[in-house]
Amino acid sequence: MTTLTDPPKESFRLSMLIYDTRYRSATIQVVAMLGFMLLAAWLINNTAQNLNALGKPIDFGFLGESAGYDINQRLIDYSSRSSHMRAAFVGLLNTLVVAVLGCLTATVLGIIIGVLRLSKNWLIARIMTVYVEMFRNVPVLLWIVFLMAILIETLPPPNAFRGENATATMVLSDSVAFTNRGVYVPEPLFSRSLGDLHLFGESAVRFDISLDLVVVLIALIGGIIGARMVKKRADRIQEATGDRPTTWYLVLGLIAVPTIIVMAALGFHLGYPALKGFNFQGGTHMRNSLIALWLALSLYTAAFIAENVRAGILAISKGQTEAAGALGLRPSRIMRLVVLPQALRVIIPPLISQYLNLTKNSSLAIAVGYMDITGTLGGITMNQTGRELECILMLMLVYLVISLTISFVMNWYNESVKLRER
Amino acid sequence: MKKSVFLGALTVAGLAAGAAAAGTLDDVKARGKLNCGVTTGLVGFAAPDANGTWDGFDVGICRAVAAAVLGDPTAVEFVPTTGKTRFTALASGEIDVLARNTTWTFSRDVDLKFDFVGVNYYDGQGFMVPKALGVSSAKDLDGATVCIQTGTTTELNLADFFRSNNISYEPVPIETNAEAQQQYLAGACDVYTTDASGLAATRATFEDPAAHIVLPEIISKEPLGPLVRHGDNEWGDVVRWALNALIAAEELGITSANIAELSAGTNNPEINRILGTEGTLGEMLGLSPDWAKNAIMAGGNYGELFEKNIGASTPIGLSRGLNAQWTDGGLLYTPPFR
Amino acid sequence: MSDIAFVRTEILPQKAPPVAATGFIGWARENLFSGWFNSILTVLSLAVIFSVLSSILPWVFSPTWNGTSLANCREILTAAGSVGEHGTTGACWGVIRERWLQLMFGFYPSELYWRPILTFVMLFVALGPILFTDFVPSKLIWFSGLFPFIAAWLLWGGSIWNPLVALAGFAIGFGVFRYASTALGALAAIILAALVPILWWVFLAGPVASGLSSVIPLELETVQSRNFGGFMLSITIGVTAIICSLPLGIILALGRQSDLLIVKSLCVGFIEFIRGVPLITLLFVASTLLNIFMPPGTNFDIILRVLIMVTLFAAAYMAEVIRGGLAALPKGQYEGADSLGLDYWQAQRLVIMPQALKISIPGIVSTFIGVFKDTTLVSIIALLDPLGLSNAIRADANWNGIVWELYGFIALLFFVFCFSMSRYSMYLERKLTTDHH
Repeated sequence: MTTLTDPPKESFRLSMLIYDTRYRSATIQVVAMLGFMLLAAWLINNTAQNLNALGKPIDFGFLGESAGYDINQRLIDYSSRSSHMRAAFVGLLNTLVVAVLGCLTATVLGIIIGVLRLSKNWLIARIMTVYVEMFRNVPVLLWIVFLMAILIETLPPPNAFRGENATATMVLSDSVAFTNRGVYVPEPLFSRSLGDLHLFGESAVRFDISLDLVVVLIALIGGIIGARMVKKRADRIQEATGDRPTTWYLVLGLIAVPTIIVMAALGFHLGYPALKGFNFQGGTHMRNSLIALWLALSLYTAAFIAENVRAGILAISKGQTEAAGALGLRPSRIMRLVVLPQALRVIIPPLISQYLNLTKNSSLAIAVGYMDITGTLGGITMNQTGRELECILMLMLVYLVISLTISFVMNWYNESVKLRER
Repeated sequence: MKKSVFLGALTVAGLAAGAAAAGTLDDVKARGKLNCGVTTGLVGFAAPDANGTWDGFDVGICRAVAAAVLGDPTAVEFVPTTGKTRFTALASGEIDVLARNTTWTFSRDVDLKFDFVGVNYYDGQGFMVPKALGVSSAKDLDGATVCIQTGTTTELNLADFFRSNNISYEPVPIETNAEAQQQYLAGACDVYTTDASGLAATRATFEDPAAHIVLPEIISKEPLGPLVRHGDNEWGDVVRWALNALIAAEELGITSANIAELSAGTNNPEINRILGTEGTLGEMLGLSPDWAKNAIMAGGNYGELFEKNIGASTPIGLSRGLNAQWTDGGLLYTPPFR
Repeated sequence: MSDIAFVRTEILPQKAPPVAATGFIGWARENLFSGWFNSILTVLSLAVIFSVLSSILPWVFSPTWNGTSLANCREILTAAGSVGEHGTTGACWGVIRERWLQLMFGFYPSELYWRPILTFVMLFVALGPILFTDFVPSKLIWFSGLFPFIAAWLLWGGSIWNPLVALAGFAIGFGVFRYASTALGALAAIILAALVPILWWVFLAGPVASGLSSVIPLELETVQSRNFGGFMLSITIGVTAIICSLPLGIILALGRQSDLLIVKSLCVGFIEFIRGVPLITLLFVASTLLNIFMPPGTNFDIILRVLIMVTLFAAAYMAEVIRGGLAALPKGQYEGADSLGLDYWQAQRLVIMPQALKISIPGIVSTFIGVFKDTTLVSIIALLDPLGLSNAIRADANWNGIVWELYGFIALLFFVFCFSMSRYSMYLERKLTTDHH
């Protein structure tokens, strides 16, 4: 019966590392790891040798030294005496500004154009096709310099607003000026200001937040939350009784009244730009470089987003549109209430990569002299200090963090709108 | 399968790079070509023509060095560099000499480990404004919008100037001279600031140059000169004395027209020493005896180079000013050839 | 009673539909003026089209083809009477006439232009068996394999033995693989097939090539890569990056899909790192740091460094495209290959990759379009691609002040290239989707 003997005890042979599937994967991993570490060690060793030969060992001390150059667009206080670190931070904020603005307008434009490309109006559909192909097939760098050149050449210089026979005038009852140095718009001012909130003390990333703005925002958000509660209550009543109470005046009041009261209490008024000396003074100055970069990035990315939107809409089966039509919805409502919400699920994943692209493309700011982080840390600072390795490492790290944050946030949003399948 | 272009090219490059550790002079001789860093394009100083031939004042220096070392003014590879890439190109050995109107400063000489071999153009940072603006001094520029080229000492000088005079300004950083010119002409900035030579060169190409003035203030010293890597003194000497030969040639009246005649021998021993008919100066540098003759024949002496590329007869129309010989009240003063 | 009721006995002939519903008017009513909103949109867009064209066309049609400098163009325009309030209005096309060859070939020696042109033509022949499988005999795929070597030789010149010796490395690798797989087994064969060619390239290829070329000198005139410029540079960078990144991308994609934790995390780390930073920072690395990473004394030229960095950049995107192709394959293909007893590499080589690569081609083409457009960024690190050249041209005293003509010309050429490629990719996508039904 029990003729089965124990299998012969295998002795471990070296060749089993390769031929035995139990060990093979471990072997490959160890080899890969060793290879990677050898490569890394080789690179680091070379770098150390070369840097020693150049007499420039890695040292981030230069970040604390005074930068010596001025930056035109600064959201936080900065002067040529501030440190290189501070300059990099100013640049980082500028990058974030153009990236956020660009993503917002690109999305809006992209959705509109994507929808219009499917318009029944032959002419509109064709124009949108031309737009999409034009922007998709020409490098974005070319668009950036092109738009910058258009802004500079076609808009009037501030000089043209001057004197008796001015050739240009401000628009919107003298509150907005379009010049070839940028657009001047009124700025919000508070005569009974609460002052600023100083964050991070005296470090290079110190940051001031206007308390006035915070208070206004709190009032606005509070109003919106209140309005939503009113709407929810209306929904409940409608479900219970079938009648929906009129709420629009309540909603409007809840949103507007607290904000207006707070703003009045703070002494809100607008500061208008006015021509003084060489330039317009007062108001908020949106520089040409910002506008050109922002416009070019949004228009370029919008062309790609439009294609994604179109694909997303086409992916929704025709039955959905027809069913919505059978319910008596108007075409615009069909699009808004039925098709787009479903298409959104198809659109969001490619949208994430478009946002990433836009953010990365914002580094081309250097071509129009917009002082983003590539212009400060990777441009003038790198140039003046000769610390290429340190600057480029920091630059890459910053972009990596921004990219990973965007993917993380958008993936989380994508999860939250995903169809819950049960 | 298709990766080999890359690998093949890499091995070839690796082989070609084997000799980089030797002296630059030997490298250049072995290569038969001089690698010279120039700007990507600045009117009068360096720009390629339709055939891809580079021309300009800085280019002339490169050609003179090539002629001195290799006997052939065309044995130059011009490597266009930007303000950002020029120093790394030199430090990494990609170029042998950088002739790209680079300002001689302490930190570049000491901290960035380069050797400036001399000055081929004494410059200073100035301001250009439209005449219609009615500005006569840079001190009146409070609140003005100023176009500057980035990646240069210009923006540091500018920040210092406005800060020390306690007036405000709005900087508009710009990558290239061509873009700066466009913005300035369109009125997107009130003032354009760069080296005075650059201002003159730019102004010369305007449709109506008379409508623009260069303000009297020169806010910085900008000695522009060719530079080489620190630590290779033999090579530094070659470039330094090639430049000095051009300057000395003008001082001594050696021109490309009379050089053939003079090299037959003259009564002036210094001319003879420069042209190699007397003494062993070439040998000391490790070059042929007619090294300086070749350098001068490449494009003429300093004065001829100046006149041909940026002088009064060209559209750029720069006057000699500080760049005249010391005998004419300028700063050009070469050590004796002895 | 007589029946007076009128009864029609024959069918009336069909009437033509009302004018308002046929022909152009009907079409316009249907497609342009189907409601007040659409009508407004139509009128608005007509106005926009008119204003754009009326401002651009007179500028484009300007008689300045023979202008020799910007000042000369202005004279021609003044003579022709095209003078607006801000001076002359009209393009100065003389700059394009004088410089278009430079914008195409950079500083490549003009007597050797036939080499890049021939390479460009051969590129299409080589792409034929991959892109137009229906019309081109598949035997040509051999030519596609050889093309990179021929192209490198034609473009850079030098001894023919260099590419041949490099090619020999692959032949040696293949020979080793065939021999070792029977003698030692599959895995050892793969390791050897990878190692031996590398040893060949690093230690033997150089001496062998120089030895052979001293015996049988067969050379083309060498062209330094810094003479490359214009669109030729863009195309060279784009095509080289795509060709080189394909094998790298395949390895990365397989690594990312693998079960081996370390291999997987290395691949994911590399891909996400490259995709997370802008290309311009990688180009900064190429222009300032790459030499620092290499052993002291190494120095290879800037174009090669840019090629390396752009290849790494493209490889990360390529890996994601191929990963998409792998994911799109039905699981049955993997299981089928397993059930035939194929090992991992055999399954990849014979079953998975051919199919995955085929469905990835549209993605690969759009990656190529992206990389090709991104080559304009090299102008920022002082390479003379079309955009960089436009700056150099504007530094010529004759053409100082020219803006739109150069940008317009460059944009037009990029548009033609990219548009035709994207159309091709769409055609392919349609073809591939119908295959499945």
